[in-house]
Amino acid sequence: MITVKKLVKRFGLKPVLRGLDFEVQPGEFVALLGPNGAGKTTFLRILSSLLRPSLGDVRVAGYRLPNEAAQVRARLGVVSHLPLLYGDLTAEENLRFYARIYSIADMEARITEVLEMVGLEHRRRDLVRTYSRGMQQRLAIGRAVLHDPDVILFDEPYTGLDQDASSMLDGVLKTVAAQGRTVVMTSHDLARAEELATRFDVLSRGVIAASATRRQMKKNNLLTFYKQALAG
Amino acid sequence: MAEDLTKAARKTLPTDRVAREQTSGNFIKAISAVVWKDLQAEFRSRELFLAMLVFSLLIILIFNFALELDIKTRQSVTAGVLWATFAFAGTLGLNRSMAIEKDRGCIDGLLLAPVDRSAIFFGKFISNLVFMLLVEIIVLPVYSVLYNINLFQLGLVLVILLGSIGYTSVGTLISAMSVQTRTRDILLPILLFPVAFAVILSAVKASGGLLDGLTFQEVLFPISLLITYDVIFIAVAFMTFESIVEE
Repeated sequence: MITVKKLVKRFGLKPVLRGLDFEVQPGEFVALLGPNGAGKTTFLRILSSLLRPSLGDVRVAGYRLPNEAAQVRARLGVVSHLPLLYGDLTAEENLRFYARIYSIADMEARITEVLEMVGLEHRRRDLVRTYSRGMQQRLAIGRAVLHDPDVILFDEPYTGLDQDASSMLDGVLKTVAAQGRTVVMTSHDLARAEELATRFDVLSRGVIAASATRRQMKKNNLLTFYKQALAG
Repeated sequence: MAEDLTKAARKTLPTDRVAREQTSGNFIKAISAVVWKDLQAEFRSRELFLAMLVFSLLIILIFNFALELDIKTRQSVTAGVLWATFAFAGTLGLNRSMAIEKDRGCIDGLLLAPVDRSAIFFGKFISNLVFMLLVEIIVLPVYSVLYNINLFQLGLVLVILLGSIGYTSVGTLISAMSVQTRTRDILLPILLFPVAFAVILSAVKASGGLLDGLTFQEVLFPISLLITYDVIFIAVAFMTFESIVEE
């Protein structure tokens, strides 16, 4: 579903990604781990076509970036630590806006389905600025899955959430994964990553330093694996 | 809770609902969605329109009291005062309009849509133009009363429309650029005024001529220039918007 070969990204003369290789099979849930400044967000922004790669081959859902960016965007949902929602619009108005720019058929029914999925049906007519951070993040997930994407990218979705909101978000993330979508999530929260992901990749110094599936991880816990990857 | 949600999600797993290919219908739909969203949000918050309007009224009031002019001199400064007012208020609106997109990361939400990015430009351009024209519709009668000058001439209305189109098109493009920086509030006027100078100058010349009693034929040259600038600015914005917002 995602194939990245020899990806290089430089900002000016400073390289952030240095020949990164990465592959995700359909339906996999990959947790992309790494310290601050490792290039996780940059990598996700390239996958989502918000940044152009300096060098390398990037394909998402069979389409090449940046040349076929529009086709990739039609099959991709993105959730970041910012909600990408308008505070002065209600939840349903926000979703209606995104449904229009994605040209979604049967818009109203889909909006209701998504609001039910993220547990916000009862607050659909409230302004988003009155929502708690956790509710905004759940609605952000609703926005990201509205157009039924094949691939969803989560960039630190737990940032700024309290314990209750994080638990609620766990449920929504499990739901999204259970729908058979391919998921890539960056996170600093190893416990949550361990609970949700089927594969763990550690990004360090601009390359994937280590990769292991959940099955391989049983012999070795994630924290040890993570530390070894960073030390190596 | 998670299991319930999973069941619900499986039950409602949608088929291929989204238009995967770009069509001209999708392009127009995206433009109208951006315009509608901006109008709806502004109708609720009123922060952009009110800021522009109050600022415009304050400027013409200040000019009115600062320049205690006789009727003949008033007529000669009207075009300059009007366009200075529109330009300053317009800058305020352009800055705020793009800042709203940036603050909650909404600009990324727009850029992630599978439509040609020029649709986003045209959507923002049209909504900015609507706000500017609304402010002008209120400012013109107030100015007429304060300065005792009749501004309700068809030619002048056309010049204001053309000048606003040019100013807003280049302003929307430059605000998309400046909003990416930390000093966006300062940067926008610094970048915009030199580029929009040609539009403002042509608009002032055409407006001044019409207010001095010249015929439409006599001010055709600055009006032609205005139309040319409008076409050039819109075309340049159409071609460059994608690379400006991308990195």
